[in-house]
Amino acid sequence: MKKKQKLENEPSVANSEVVVQDNKPEKKKKDYTKSYFRYTLHEMGTHKMSYALIAPFFICFITFTLLPLIASAALSFFYFDSLSWPQFIFWDNYIYLFVEDSLFLKAFSNTLYYAVIVGPVSYIASYFFAWFINQVPVKLKPIYTLAFYAPSLCSGIAMSVVWLVVFANDSQGYINSALLNAGLITEPVQFLQDVNWIMPVIIIVALWSSLGAGFLSFVAGFTNVDKELYDAAMVDGITSRFQRLIYIDIPQTMPQLLFSAVLTITGSFTVGGLSQTLVGHPSPEDAGLTIMLHLSDYAGQRFEVGYASAIAVVLSAMVLGIGRLAFRLLSDKG
Amino acid sequence: MFQVDVDYLKKAKKRREYAPTVITIVLAFAGVISALPIIYLFVTAFKPAEELFLYPPRFYVANPTLKNFSDLVSITSNTMVPFTRYLFNTVIITALYMFALIVVGTMACYPLSKHKFPGGKGLFKLVTNALLIISGAATIPAYIIITGLHLDNTYLVYIIPGLANCTCMFLLKQFLDQVPDTIFEAGKIDGASEWQLYTKIALPLLRNAQATCVILTFPGIWGDASTSTTYIYNEQLRTFAFFMSTLQGGLARTGANAAASLIMTLPSIIVFVVSQSSVMDTMAHSGIK
Repeated sequence: MKKKQKLENEPSVANSEVVVQDNKPEKKKKDYTKSYFRYTLHEMGTHKMSYALIAPFFICFITFTLLPLIASAALSFFYFDSLSWPQFIFWDNYIYLFVEDSLFLKAFSNTLYYAVIVGPVSYIASYFFAWFINQVPVKLKPIYTLAFYAPSLCSGIAMSVVWLVVFANDSQGYINSALLNAGLITEPVQFLQDVNWIMPVIIIVALWSSLGAGFLSFVAGFTNVDKELYDAAMVDGITSRFQRLIYIDIPQTMPQLLFSAVLTITGSFTVGGLSQTLVGHPSPEDAGLTIMLHLSDYAGQRFEVGYASAIAVVLSAMVLGIGRLAFRLLSDKG
Repeated sequence: MFQVDVDYLKKAKKRREYAPTVITIVLAFAGVISALPIIYLFVTAFKPAEELFLYPPRFYVANPTLKNFSDLVSITSNTMVPFTRYLFNTVIITALYMFALIVVGTMACYPLSKHKFPGGKGLFKLVTNALLIISGAATIPAYIIITGLHLDNTYLVYIIPGLANCTCMFLLKQFLDQVPDTIFEAGKIDGASEWQLYTKIALPLLRNAQATCVILTFPGIWGDASTSTTYIYNEQLRTFAFFMSTLQGGLARTGANAAASLIMTLPSIIVFVVSQSSVMDTMAHSGIK
């Protein structure tokens, strides 16, 4: 009922304009004030150009992003080896995933371990380094920004040349030889082979390259904060940098906090390639196995597409759930 | 009726004076740690063989040489496709992708930001939520669609599937939201068509946002090895990143590997340095409100 009232209001405004321009308001009125549907159709007709302009983007978006995702969600209820026709098996993929697949649990816990550390640490580090950068002289800002952002520009494969030497398992590795020389260890640590070291090494390298687009958005967000607010706060007795951070900077950069949180969440749950370059895949005792790698095993190697889709659905649901939570917490609109 | 404690303010000013120094030192220290591996990679690429395996590692080169780069060329001399062909493919693909991405993105962001049409808000909400989509999650359905459209084994497979980049679209739209509507209304009064409003007003105003899209997508497309592996059977159409991933490790090729890695990373860094100020300008509007 409410909806209908609203509808009747909107067209009547448009209609009054018509009256001024046209002497036959009766006929026009019939065209698009009769129902919400007709009104919408009329509106759509007047915005043909808008639809034409957004068409290429949304055609690509639907074909290559949305459709595969929906297909994947549907396939997770089927047995499908990508050759024969899919067989409907309902929950079996999910039951196998949670009950029988011990490798998935391994991948799940590794991914969670990684995400719980890399996500928050990189998020907070991004914020604080951006906050620091905001307080240095303007001339130095670009240099610092470059120094911190450059690692995220380097793809994992490219940097493996450096990291594989730094963490090398023998005494030639830089960290190993430094520790040996200092007398802290007696024989080289197998950083890339030792089950206990694999995840920490991946996390260290990930943290090094984790100041990405979110960090840039913070740096820029801080420059946007109105400087007059600081003066006003000073009069009110807020003098320390820390107080200014709590009462001015954080509330003023709320939109950037959300944007960055979204990027961090998707980034930290989709780890896979980095593990593959550093410790190889399959890694020793699967200590470097992540959900993304497990997924690509089933999709690309074993051709169990239905099962791979179930893994993808679980991962997507996790990311979407935590992402929506971030929206709830950090956005005023929700 | 209202007095400011002048002494208090003076004291506060005095107390804060050492803070900038501390911040500069902390930043410089962290910045050096952050940049060191890249500097090391850069230096390694120009090291002659006798300097490559020195311990402790040196962060400078005594006798810089281009031998590692010529090694890279000679490694490929006995493969089917020369090294330059891979590089040529990567350059062409990157350029075409950037151009198409910006055209498609700016075209879509203009109506979403400045027109009120049925479904517009809903579609943008979809884009915002799509920031949470994991692109690698649905590879097989995507494979079926892409091969079904016969995009495989062409340059197009590198370009078209990635055109709907939601992060870029989002940044472009947020940036255009900051531009006052009155500019477009003035244009309309002067008799400009929608297409003219887009090309003559929206496009030039979005220049900074376009630079941001380039810097955000550049490393991805320049370093894209997986598309070559999955969709390309013709060796002539594969990318430099694919070639990099096929290079065997091993100490003998450390120099050549470093040279190849430098070719992989340096362009992204250059693009960022060149466009940094524009990027900052756009990112200031990046928030989700």
